[in-house]
Amino acid sequence: MMMEGTDKKSLPLAGVNVLDFTWAGVGPHSVNYLAFYGATVIKLESRERPDALRTLGPFKDGIPNLERSYYFSFTQSAKRYDITLNLDHPKGIELVKRLTGWADVVVDSFAGGVVEKWGLDYDNLKKIKPDIIMLRTCMHGHTGPLARQHGQGFILTALSGLDAVTGWPDRPPAGLYGAFTDHIAPLFNVASLLAALDYRRRTGKGLYIDQSQHEAVLHWVIPLLLDYTVNHREPKANGNRLAYAAPHGIYRCQGDDRWCAIAIFTDDEWASFCQVIENPTLAKDPKFATLLKRKKNEAELDRIVEAWTIKHTPEEVMALMQTAKVAAGVVANPKDQAGDPQLEHYQFFHQLEHPETGTLPIYHGPLFRLSKTPYELGRPPLLGEDNAYVYTNILGLSDEEFVQLLAENVI
Amino acid sequence: MTEDNTEGLLSPYRALDLTNEHGFLCGKILGDLGTDVIKIEKPGGDPARRIGPFYNDIPDPEKSLYWMGFNTNKRGITLDIETVDGQAIFKRLVKSADFVFESFDPGYMEQLGLGYSNLSQINPAIIMASISSFGQTGPYKDYKATDLVLWALSGIGYLTGDADRAPIMTSFPISYFFGAMSAAVGALVALGHRAITGEGQYVDAPAQLGLGWSSGPEAQGLWGIDNNIVKRSGRIYQRAKTGVGNEVTYIKHPIAYECKDGAVKFFPFVQGGSLYSTTALTEWVIEENMASETLKYLDWGTLNWQTVSQETVDEITQSFSRFFLRHTKAELWEGAQKRGIMLYPVLTPKDILEFEQLNIRDYWEEVEHPELGTSITYPGAFAKMTEAPCRIRRRAPLIGEHNEEIYVREMGLSTEELLALKQAKVV
Repeated sequence: MMMEGTDKKSLPLAGVNVLDFTWAGVGPHSVNYLAFYGATVIKLESRERPDALRTLGPFKDGIPNLERSYYFSFTQSAKRYDITLNLDHPKGIELVKRLTGWADVVVDSFAGGVVEKWGLDYDNLKKIKPDIIMLRTCMHGHTGPLARQHGQGFILTALSGLDAVTGWPDRPPAGLYGAFTDHIAPLFNVASLLAALDYRRRTGKGLYIDQSQHEAVLHWVIPLLLDYTVNHREPKANGNRLAYAAPHGIYRCQGDDRWCAIAIFTDDEWASFCQVIENPTLAKDPKFATLLKRKKNEAELDRIVEAWTIKHTPEEVMALMQTAKVAAGVVANPKDQAGDPQLEHYQFFHQLEHPETGTLPIYHGPLFRLSKTPYELGRPPLLGEDNAYVYTNILGLSDEEFVQLLAENVI
Repeated sequence: MTEDNTEGLLSPYRALDLTNEHGFLCGKILGDLGTDVIKIEKPGGDPARRIGPFYNDIPDPEKSLYWMGFNTNKRGITLDIETVDGQAIFKRLVKSADFVFESFDPGYMEQLGLGYSNLSQINPAIIMASISSFGQTGPYKDYKATDLVLWALSGIGYLTGDADRAPIMTSFPISYFFGAMSAAVGALVALGHRAITGEGQYVDAPAQLGLGWSSGPEAQGLWGIDNNIVKRSGRIYQRAKTGVGNEVTYIKHPIAYECKDGAVKFFPFVQGGSLYSTTALTEWVIEENMASETLKYLDWGTLNWQTVSQETVDEITQSFSRFFLRHTKAELWEGAQKRGIMLYPVLTPKDILEFEQLNIRDYWEEVEHPELGTSITYPGAFAKMTEAPCRIRRRAPLIGEHNEEIYVREMGLSTEELLALKQAKVV
């Protein structure tokens, strides 16, 4: 599905120009989608404060430099022109205003107050380009007392309500892994941007979009919030148990830290399970004959299940159960994920050539596949590598002017 | 909230939503953006109306809060697309629709003669999106999955949970939401293609891709580049250091801490605009005489995670642990705001409802439920917009609530025909 030697002009967002002020996770992941589908993106950084992820390890071969971070690489898998610009210099502001005239879409992911300081808020951008679409994404949105607070996916999980329901009932919740919400908020942004572009195409009007990442990710826990607003109930962390299924868990298998998930909802599935494990006595045991009985004796049931799974590899458990139409899946570790035949079928991992890092196998395209529209990837940009092209070819500065900007530390 | 027709960004468009709970979020996102979404349920009501929680804990298909929450901004009709009459009606609806969303088992729609190849003959501009566990093709396509199984096979399960126990999933299942959200975005890319070419297309949105993506650069990179398997570590953050020869070591520090009455999350940023947060907490700990000598004299701005020793990090974070245990969530949150520290309580729904920032931004929407004689507080828009606002325009539909409006008034069926279809269990 990925395009080789792309004819960019045929992609749906060809001709859309994007000025990309974003950094870290959510913003770049959002802008990636515009570039996957043909938009021309200029990523704006400054030499004093480059994209924060450029400085976050791990780094390729343990060499910490601005081009070698796994995090930065992961978030920059679409083609961008990368420029540097010093916005504390008056000439920097002049240049960014000219870039605004070029842009159809401006996206930033700073905390509140940053672009205002430069005079680049929506009202000002609109004066330069009346139909501009501006999307700003930050942890708490751009109004209210927390507007200026910096955000980060590792802690937004705490605000999302999901950390509180990820754990065992007998100890404090472990919480989600990593910056999980950084993988939720971007797709809401992409939906907003694509809808805004369609709206502008039809009406000629631009708009301002203010995304609070907190507000967006709460859409994933709506029923928990309604259970509180209506029934005043607080949810509990239950390990892997589910109120209306048993067995329902992750069971230890043969090998070092190997596990398999099994989920049984109906009595038929239970019968199939007992057949797979060749245990006719268990099938007839009244203690486990119905869902309610299995729920009542769940601790004992889990021990029986695990006594069987421990004698098998997770791959065997999954294969045997799936053949009998019982839902089961290997708990894939990173190695399993890298070798997953289904993910490979969808070309989940891509490799891209990069002058500093060689070929890292951690690049991704969009999370869906279209029957007629391919997507285009691009390697992470080097800091400022497109200065000459953007300032002279796109903005039309003369070579003399360009050299002057370099000399004055504007770029 | 009153039902209104304020224009949204996608107001000219119509979507037919055949999804179950795996796909509700897709239509909701488009509906929040203004699309006229018609939720199509089986006669008698969608099985997902059995999913709790329920209004006042009454397990009634019209009182599922799960249903209500994910089906706002949709109109609702009943239709059995397994019947010949039902299929004929569905095809008529497709003629005037822009999107079709479904989340049946792969191949089901084709079996009914309602696959993309059939629908695109009726309406070449139709955009059809399928939400599934693993995708419409490939070796796992027919695997039996649930949220837990997907969570496991996608790679995120292995990384979630405490080091000394089995991997865990969120107790509120979220695995399929990735598929639903991806389908919404894919459909809108397809809309862009359609604007240029006039033709629709098919969107394949497997939840496994999104969930798999969420395991992130550390786990994927440390295996793919350095042959190191990241292990789950619960509340401990493991900062990986790669060395020459792909040797990987970790510096560990807590990311969630116990306090007097719950937990708080704090991440020691040392970079750029977030450094102030870490130094501000340090000053607070020093003020209360709880800082170790190491912490007292530490210059966070020069701390290098590549070279700092585990002992030093432990001395620092032990001071934090002791400090947090002395305070309540509320004290810590209040102090954090005053001092500009990025420290957050681990919020429960009650805390979220009381979170001042959300209230000040008018996040919550009161949605009238006349059939229940009350209104219910819902989370509001996923983004604020100056034009064509994203918002709740109508509550989720009752079973067959818009049958007459759509079948009779919009499609021109006679009342007699509707009655006949009703009695024949087609609608």
